Amino acid sequence: MAEPLFTPEEQKKFDAGIAEIISHYPPDRKSAGMLPALRLLQELKGWLPPEGMRLVARHLEVTPERAYEVASFYVMYHLKKPGKYVIDVCTNLSCALWGAEKMLAYLEQKLGLPAGESNEMFTLRETECLASCGTAPCLQVNEEHHESLTKAKLDELLAKLT
Amino acid sequence: MASTTAFEPIISGAWGQPKSWTLEHYRKRGGYEALKKALELAPAAIIDEVKKSNLRGRGGAGFPTGLKWSFVPKDSPKPKYLAVNADESEPGTFKDRYILELDPHMMLEGIAIASYALGVHTCYIYIRGEFKFPAERTQAAINEAYAAGIFGKKMMGKDFQLDCYVVRGAGAYICGEETALLESLEGKKGWPRLKPPFPAVVGLFGCPTVVNNVETLASVPHVFSRGADWYAKLGTDKSGGTRLVCLSGTVNRPGVYEVDMNTTITQLIFDDKFGRGLPAGRKVKAVIPGGSSAPVLGADELDVALEFEALKVKQTMAGSGGVIVMDDSSCMVRCLWRVARFYAEESCGQCTPCREGTPWQTRLLRKLEEGRGEPSDLELLSNVASSIAPYPPIGLGNTICALGDAAALPTHSFLMRFRAEFEAHIHEKKCPFGDKPWGAFGDWS
Ligand SMILES: Cc1cc2nc3c(=O)[nH]c(=O)nc-3n(C[C@H](O)[C@H](O)[C@H](O)COP(=O)(O)O)c2cc1C
Ligand code: SF4
Ligand code: FES
Repeated sequence: MAEPLFTPEEQKKFDAGIAEIISHYPPDRKSAGMLPALRLLQELKGWLPPEGMRLVARHLEVTPERAYEVASFYVMYHLKKPGKYVIDVCTNLSCALWGAEKMLAYLEQKLGLPAGESNEMFTLRETECLASCGTAPCLQVNEEHHESLTKAKLDELLAKLT
Repeated sequence: MASTTAFEPIISGAWGQPKSWTLEHYRKRGGYEALKKALELAPAAIIDEVKKSNLRGRGGAGFPTGLKWSFVPKDSPKPKYLAVNADESEPGTFKDRYILELDPHMMLEGIAIASYALGVHTCYIYIRGEFKFPAERTQAAINEAYAAGIFGKKMMGKDFQLDCYVVRGAGAYICGEETALLESLEGKKGWPRLKPPFPAVVGLFGCPTVVNNVETLASVPHVFSRGADWYAKLGTDKSGGTRLVCLSGTVNRPGVYEVDMNTTITQLIFDDKFGRGLPAGRKVKAVIPGGSSAPVLGADELDVALEFEALKVKQTMAGSGGVIVMDDSSCMVRCLWRVARFYAEESCGQCTPCREGTPWQTRLLRKLEEGRGEPSDLELLSNVASSIAPYPPIGLGNTICALGDAAALPTHSFLMRFRAEFEAHIHEKKCPFGDKPWGAFGDWS
């Protein structure tokens, strides 16, 4: 038998979270909760397993295809299990003018991972402007901003990602 | 000249003070007094005041805020909504996040005033997915506002219910476009809608909806705390108040600066209060004045005020306030290529010219930058851009939403102003800047 999607603890969080989300919308507009519901699922599981998306769809009273369509449109949803640390490096113009491409190359070499790929520990991606252009270059690790990065600061940060 | 009289920042004044984001701190500064005043007025009178203040939208288009509010039908039996645009994804723009992080109550007070004026009982603040910390700060402020009787069943004792929710996006620039934002709020992918109808009439869930930017709403309390006339006088003829500009790129002191609308780009870059110039020996080559969508300006065009009308005269735009500086050792082809790649990545794919044209621009620019370009490529690039949106003037796009224009304008303007550099790439069969295309700060260390 397949393992259940959630542990009892996760199930409780999911149920409470979904109820809260649905309460933010008119009763005939449950489906509006799709983005927050997918976020909730991803916070619990680290990604969006297909059976999780089916569950979300059932709660929001839409087809599973709809959940998948939304999930695949937005880059922050993981349709595959990512590494433990998702590193998103901004290489847009203002960051590039502060060396973002070189920083990305350094990361690729240091992690032994080309941008766009994953291993158990890391997912390394190039991303678009993170609204840190005044504190460039920057990146996010699991949605936390790290800004004004120098090689020394980046090394220090990487050392903590174990 | 901007600063003969002492300039008083009104939006960013508390940034940097300890706990500036708390209700307690905001109240000590007179916070929510403007709401108290507004609640004594009739809703229509509030809208009139905002019209008189000449407040214009800070999200990109510069649309007069009071006028937008007046488009909401008064007699509609449907509920009305306020959607706050905190998607802040236009490259070069990073001001709204500081409002959310450092002074969220200023925006919440604007939300309360707007909601009361418009008869809105539900407000959604759409915050881009990457803004975890700003969203947490905003949610904490909302909780405080509920606990203090500002949001919830009554508004400061008055029988007026307002509920306010944070909704986080999930990584899509297009969701900053107001109708894509509404689609996303409805739980769908962010495909912009054809306009008209405009959101003020048919918006969220088919109901009248006002979409306003974070900074726009944070400006609203000031219209009431010291009066519409005072607010209007801070600005220029057609544009009231102060504005936040985001300075980035090759300048010594990048950052968000609140400026008088008469402040010029030159002042912003070189003034001691602001950017403090470029690194020694470097000169400005190009400046994008309003987020990456805005047509680029050359070094001889910078004595222009960072204000909607003045920049329009230069065939560019004030946009979202993102000012990006490129120095004389940066490569214009490389810069444009990176910008073009962004729009190709973010096109939603609904309209053929945008879906096909944006990657085509990117391929051509890559070819040019890699020294494989042919003379005919410049003509072709210009034609591809024109097929998405001709220029000048701004606003001729053949597409459902303005992302098309945003993708074409950089191409047109870089080609117009820096054609010789594009030609050099073709003649020399390589990038003249070699492996240093990013200017003075491009070597990361
Ligand atoms: C492609 C595109 C992206 C946009 N992104 C944003 C954004 O991130 N934030 C924003 O406030 N407005 C953005 N806008 C402008 C909005 O469509 C809208 O004009 C604005 O939110 C209205 O608010 P305002 O009148 O207060 O400026 C964008 C527009 C386009 C075409
Ligand atoms: S212009 Fe581009 S982004 Fe806008 S609706 Fe059309 S395809 Fe989508
Ligand atoms: S360009 Fe990198 S954060 Fe804006």
